[in-house]
Amino acid sequence: MRRHVTAYGFLSLALVVFAIFSWWPIVRGVVLSFQQVNFVTSPDWVGWENFERLFADPLFGVAWRNTLYFTLLALVLGFGVPFLTAVVLNELRHAKGYFRLLVYLPVMLPPVVTALLWKWFYDPGPGLFNSVLRGLNLPTLQWLDSASTSMISLVLVITWANMGSATLIYLAALQTIPGELYEAADLDGAGIVKKVWHVTIPQTKFVILMLLLLQVVATMQIFTEPFIMTGGGPEESTVTVLLLLYRYAFYYNDFGTASALSLILFAVLGVFSFLYLKITRKADA
Amino acid sequence: MRTLTRGTGATYWVVLAGTLVLFTAAFLLPLVWVLLGAFKPPAELAQQPPTILPRTWEPGAYVDAWNYMELGKFFVNTLVVAIGAWAVQMAVIVPAAYALSKLRPIFGNVIMGLMLATLMLPSTAVLVPVYLTLTDLDLLNNPAGIWLPAAANALNVYLLKRFFDQIPEELLEAARIDGANTWTTLVRIVLPISRPILAVVSIFAVVAAWKDFIWPLLVFPDPAKQTLSVALQRFAPDTPINLLLAGLVLASLPMVALFLAFQRHILAGLTAGGVKG
Repeated sequence: MRRHVTAYGFLSLALVVFAIFSWWPIVRGVVLSFQQVNFVTSPDWVGWENFERLFADPLFGVAWRNTLYFTLLALVLGFGVPFLTAVVLNELRHAKGYFRLLVYLPVMLPPVVTALLWKWFYDPGPGLFNSVLRGLNLPTLQWLDSASTSMISLVLVITWANMGSATLIYLAALQTIPGELYEAADLDGAGIVKKVWHVTIPQTKFVILMLLLLQVVATMQIFTEPFIMTGGGPEESTVTVLLLLYRYAFYYNDFGTASALSLILFAVLGVFSFLYLKITRKADA
Repeated sequence: MRTLTRGTGATYWVVLAGTLVLFTAAFLLPLVWVLLGAFKPPAELAQQPPTILPRTWEPGAYVDAWNYMELGKFFVNTLVVAIGAWAVQMAVIVPAAYALSKLRPIFGNVIMGLMLATLMLPSTAVLVPVYLTLTDLDLLNNPAGIWLPAAANALNVYLLKRFFDQIPEELLEAARIDGANTWTTLVRIVLPISRPILAVVSIFAVVAAWKDFIWPLLVFPDPAKQTLSVALQRFAPDTPINLLLAGLVLASLPMVALFLAFQRHILAGLTAGGVKG
């Protein structure tokens, strides 16, 4: 009995903090989705009205399309690039520390700093990228200023800023692959591509899958970069779900509709999060 | 150890050289470009093609940026937010993980499960309700508005608990026989053994708080209370470009310094401590 009392004494702070800032907000978020909230009178129940308002908003479809497009681009780049980088780095026996240091350096920069830096690089006039393109006599791009390249420009920033973690996690996974497997593949006369396909990828598939899910969950919540670099433009081409949520909550003060949007986002991401937890816990056991 | 290729001969050296050039160009040059850019006067920054090295060196930009944006104030604010977030999180999760791991109270598993369940929730899904709760509790413009929600970190509770689980029971038993109570056992036995995991969790807690943008943006409407990230995006539209660049460099320095100092811990923690980055 005393043991339980002591234990709950140690747990008490955490229970209070989780209750107020984690568990209760989850419940409250669901409740808010069906309410009209203003700070003057008590909230009114409005049924599905918030959801209907969302579905009637043309930006709702735009935001989801943009977010899915962004997630897809981020998967191709942000997922393929770190894996290939790790495969190459794993072969190199020199300058190991230098490579690791460099690839992880951007991860340490505050995202606001990265976003503002890249906004400067992307400047179609004297910006770094167009200056390099001009120097090479190549056509310049409008980068963030054109609806056709704005999203890919954001994906480049995010990939640059975040690939360090994924690369190093892959690298650690690659180092656990038993060397005999490659020796056996050599005896079978397999080339590099075959060896990557038949040895490297199957041996690291758990880590690959885990990072894939984690990345989908993270990229679908993209906010800071579009908020700072484009504000959703040009022509709403970079309005993401979270940017729309922010507008509903903090421009229109419509917390009910913003919560309804959270709930939809949660339902979509919940599937990925659930899979992620299932996989990691299985690996843990 | 055997890897994909044998790594000998000309091909190896070509790939190595190519990777060195590519990495330096991709990750180091942009940062050097900014570092140098801040030394150039605005007119030089606007010119095409750009100068590589500043034609006129204006090291004063760093000082001017510091004064113009009052960076000192925002540095202190960010430091208070980050250190406080770390301290509060430690005070909340260390005893909790210890209780769940070693004291094993009734319903302990249910509590751990409820905590882990919050991980399934994308952090932004509770943006609005947490914001409203902070408003109700009058925690806007108060660093506690960042500290407390950040302390509810289920992943770190789990990581600590998993580490504590590996500490042999006999060790705690021995301490108990020597007359140590539960609290002394935690402080004298468990914490010293757990230094590696505590270092990892601590560094990541500080880094996460320093990097955060959306929460400080919501919690600090008062410009005087803002963190560096929020202040920089507020100043960005109407600050001379050379001063802004200098400000960005200055705001990054503490994190870069932290990285260089704790590189080994950080890189090890990445793989040991789960993958939430």
